[in-house]
Amino acid sequence: MEQQILTILYLASSVTFIIGLKMLSSPATARRGNWLAAAGMTAAILGTIFLYRGSDGNHLGNHLWIFAGLLIGTFMGTYAAKTVKMTAMPEMVSLFNGMGGACAALISVVEFGHLHHPGDATGTDPLVLTTILLGLVIGSVSFAGSMVAWGKLNGRVKDFAFPGQHLVNNGAVLLMSGLAAYLVMGHPTDPYLLFHVLLVIALVYGVLFVLPIGGADMPVVISLLNSFTGVAAACGGFLYGNKVMLTGGILVGAAGTLLTILMCRAMNRSLLNVLIGSFGGGSSAGGAAAATGGSYKEISVSDTAMVMAYANKVMIVPGYGLAVAQAQHACHELEKALEARGVDVRYAIHPVAGRMPGHMNVLLAESDVAYDKLLEMEQANEEFRTTDVVLVLGANDVVNPAAKVDPASPIYGMPILEVEEAKTVIVNKRSMKPGYAGIENQLFFQPKTSMLFGDAKKVLQDILAEVRNV
Amino acid sequence: MESFIDWLGSHQDMLYVVLLMVFVGIEVIGRVPSVLHTPLMSGANAIHGVVIIGAIIVMGQASSDNIPALVLGFLAVVLGTLNVVGGFVVTDRMLEMFRKKK
Repeated sequence: MEQQILTILYLASSVTFIIGLKMLSSPATARRGNWLAAAGMTAAILGTIFLYRGSDGNHLGNHLWIFAGLLIGTFMGTYAAKTVKMTAMPEMVSLFNGMGGACAALISVVEFGHLHHPGDATGTDPLVLTTILLGLVIGSVSFAGSMVAWGKLNGRVKDFAFPGQHLVNNGAVLLMSGLAAYLVMGHPTDPYLLFHVLLVIALVYGVLFVLPIGGADMPVVISLLNSFTGVAAACGGFLYGNKVMLTGGILVGAAGTLLTILMCRAMNRSLLNVLIGSFGGGSSAGGAAAATGGSYKEISVSDTAMVMAYANKVMIVPGYGLAVAQAQHACHELEKALEARGVDVRYAIHPVAGRMPGHMNVLLAESDVAYDKLLEMEQANEEFRTTDVVLVLGANDVVNPAAKVDPASPIYGMPILEVEEAKTVIVNKRSMKPGYAGIENQLFFQPKTSMLFGDAKKVLQDILAEVRNV
Repeated sequence: MESFIDWLGSHQDMLYVVLLMVFVGIEVIGRVPSVLHTPLMSGANAIHGVVIIGAIIVMGQASSDNIPALVLGFLAVVLGTLNVVGGFVVTDRMLEMFRKKK
């Protein structure tokens, strides 16, 4: 009877995962979908603790340990998630993803220990061993990679590549495959040593895999590692014949892979291109830009305020600079002040603006910007022609016309926000330094473009004060 | 080779689950507006925290004299819980900001 209840619980949980994920894909139902999946997860966890019977028919023991672990994890997780700044969301996701990967790897470590426990060495099923090793390797790579991605996003880890790194990485993959195959089929005399060597190589590989990839591509990497962890969880599902782990793991593995591809497509690059890291070199771009640089003109805060206050339609293009400066509230204040004067203010959101798709939307929504004021790229590009003033806040590559006209540019082919269609473009940046892709932006040198240097938050507050005085 | 065929036969229900979930996962995500990509990734991140079930099983089956298994299992439970709870709470915080207000 108990087993049937557990089966039904697992089945219900699997359904909540699928429906929850489905609901997450629409703004109206997303929040409920998230809680639905969380409720399903809780049911699966409690059901496992009290109803699960192992292959020996016994219930799980060590309830005290389990609840202590759950309590500590819940407390730390809630605290971290509640206190993290909105701008640091992407690295938080990466951190939690790493925890899941580590969990999957630890399960494999313990289960491997059980296999060779003196007393029950009754001939290991090679496929069980394969599942354990797969969970170990994928979980470890995901853990180490996520930690590096986390470090990169908060600036603690710098991009690092050495010549022949891809050869080393491919060598590591071959080595891991060979080692795993030997462990499964070769019946080595000291499997523990080899197992731990495998663990270390997997961790090193995870680090080397993410290190050379540029900071701007981290969202893609996190999404990919997210699906890795899903697959690692599914390995656990195979190991225990546990269908809810299998469902959840594969669901995320598949969805995460597709999400990764969608993100790459938004940047008009292939996944392979991101992983090999063609950005970051920047050597080819420098020379061309110097030749075409030319002069740019600056605009003062009061002139900016004047131009915006007397415009009919203003479009704001937020980028990472806005997130770094925490300027989303100031931005919303300015929007309200302009709207009060009858100016039509909208936001044009590039799919990869900020550090993650949707990052800008989350930030702007945090400061109460209405959802329908945020235009996606296609809509925005239709609107620019009739826009009087475009204010670019700390965005660069996503408005670089080189993506359309310069086949030699590393971002050639990436869809961009065509801000140069508008009558006036005002670009706020901290300096003339190029953006993440490391290339100059011709937009800044066009006659209709004016530069407004300074920290986005400070500048916006100054403009706001001026607009109120107009 | 034979053991592999046997294994396929005895695990066919699991293999069907894998096959179907691959399609469900792709189908469910296919038509997501890009504004929801980050919360969606975060939500998916929380869902793969289901690996916690494995950690609980490991912990619950560790015999009380097997200190390494106890310690590693405990660590796995903590990390898995972090993934689940942190994942869902962070996702909720992101989505909280999308709610319509008047």
